[in-house]
Amino acid sequence: MATLSESEQRVWTRKDLIGLDELSRDELEMILDTAPQFLAVSERESGIKKVPVLQGRLVVNWFYEPSTRTRTSFELAAKRLSADTLTMNASASSTKKGETLHDTLYNIEAMHTDIVVIRHSAAGASRILAERHLSHIINAGDGAHEHPTQALLDAFTIRQHIRRAREDAQAGLDGLRVAIIGDIAHSRVARSNVWGLTKLGASVVLCGPRTLLPDAFTKLGVDVTTDLREAIDGADVIYLLRLQLERQHKCLFPSIREYIRLFRIDNESLKAAKPDALVMHPGPINRDIELASEVADGPRNVILEQVTNGVAVRMAVMHLLVNKPRVAA
Amino acid sequence: MSEADSSPDMTVVMDHDAIDAALRRLAQEIVASHKTLSDVALLGILSRGRPLADRLAACIEAMTGTRLPVGSLATTLYRDDLRSGRVPATIGNETHFDFDVDGMTVILVDDVIAAGRTVRAALDEVMDYGRPQRIQLACLIDRGHRELPIQPDYLGWPLATAANDHVAVRIQEIDGEDAVLLEPGARSAADEESE
Repeated sequence: MATLSESEQRVWTRKDLIGLDELSRDELEMILDTAPQFLAVSERESGIKKVPVLQGRLVVNWFYEPSTRTRTSFELAAKRLSADTLTMNASASSTKKGETLHDTLYNIEAMHTDIVVIRHSAAGASRILAERHLSHIINAGDGAHEHPTQALLDAFTIRQHIRRAREDAQAGLDGLRVAIIGDIAHSRVARSNVWGLTKLGASVVLCGPRTLLPDAFTKLGVDVTTDLREAIDGADVIYLLRLQLERQHKCLFPSIREYIRLFRIDNESLKAAKPDALVMHPGPINRDIELASEVADGPRNVILEQVTNGVAVRMAVMHLLVNKPRVAA
Repeated sequence: MSEADSSPDMTVVMDHDAIDAALRRLAQEIVASHKTLSDVALLGILSRGRPLADRLAACIEAMTGTRLPVGSLATTLYRDDLRSGRVPATIGNETHFDFDVDGMTVILVDDVIAAGRTVRAALDEVMDYGRPQRIQLACLIDRGHRELPIQPDYLGWPLATAANDHVAVRIQEIDGEDAVLLEPGARSAADEESE
């Protein structure tokens, strides 16, 4: 009986969060199950919206790419865990003066950091750092590779709605159909979501213009189509990616006008989906390009809930990485 | 008394009737020590403190007609051993109460008090929600071995134990039966040789 309480507990073992590709279903669920208690911290109305989980720890946000919502979300997550936070933007850092990524991190670590949250334009940047450095590294987006915390908060949001709709506190994503629509080729959000959602038991269909929809994705066990109607037929979740207008000069699709005609989600195209399908978007939205305002502001959108949940999920990740059991040497 | 007796070394310290009687006595003491119950609330420390708090509230309602508000306190995020990294597998073990603690008398309810560290965490958590007028503590069992200067205001049963004995409280709502079990800890090699 003395060991009962230990067998009831699952143990987190990873030092870093690099991507969902390498996580098991059990690890994904451990993060999702840890998050609700942190959501409750942010929802305290008159109380103190903080817990002493990372008191006295230092979290460095190190961003090589512009980001407002991800950086803000990580910063808030760290602060609600009572950690100290530092933000370093690459434009102001010594990388411009020729210092290597490793040397910059050695210098940051010389100030005794605990967690380094990094966004970098090169795929694999966070993994290279995690392998050599002692800090806990969290990938906040590496090129077109992965954005694990985004996909985790997406899965959390879907699960929250399924549990509410079915009035089943144990319901998971098994058997759900998720349609991801937009610029799949350049999207780290799509990649992390494919790995996360399929491991959690959902089926995924990817949809977008042929030029933005690599066939290689079919190897990941997902369906691929260029027909919006086919993609959202019977979908439980419609996940829109931001059309990266800054890439438009590469002529990957004929025109924004044509993209809108073929791929925009509005009340008309939504008719093909299930009546209670959720509409999600990682933000920032291009209003009336990939998503009509009538849907962006409509009853099915959970876009702002994604933002709220993002803080809780990131708190859960930071807590698990730092407070994992010390392994006896 | 023998319904929960699965191991030969295990002693049943309290059965269903004894737990029931202890809770009724705790309810009487709580009622007797408050002039009014209008500003009293119960917070059960998860997981087994919550059903005990619900039962105390039911006893108090049967005695006085007043229904006290009841909530749950997880204490997990305030524990001083959080860095052990153990993740509770129990989903939904979250702090939840829908009353304002400002100015209230909050009675923390737990099944067992030992080191007192859980109660320390509970005190910090409650204080982050507001400023209660008073915080009190009700426990079913005090097994001793305190590591902090914290004592229950209302106690069901003091239980003398060795430090490595295992006290298991089983509650109908969670474990399917009511019982307090005492399992003696493993004896050291020195103990064996001396016999």
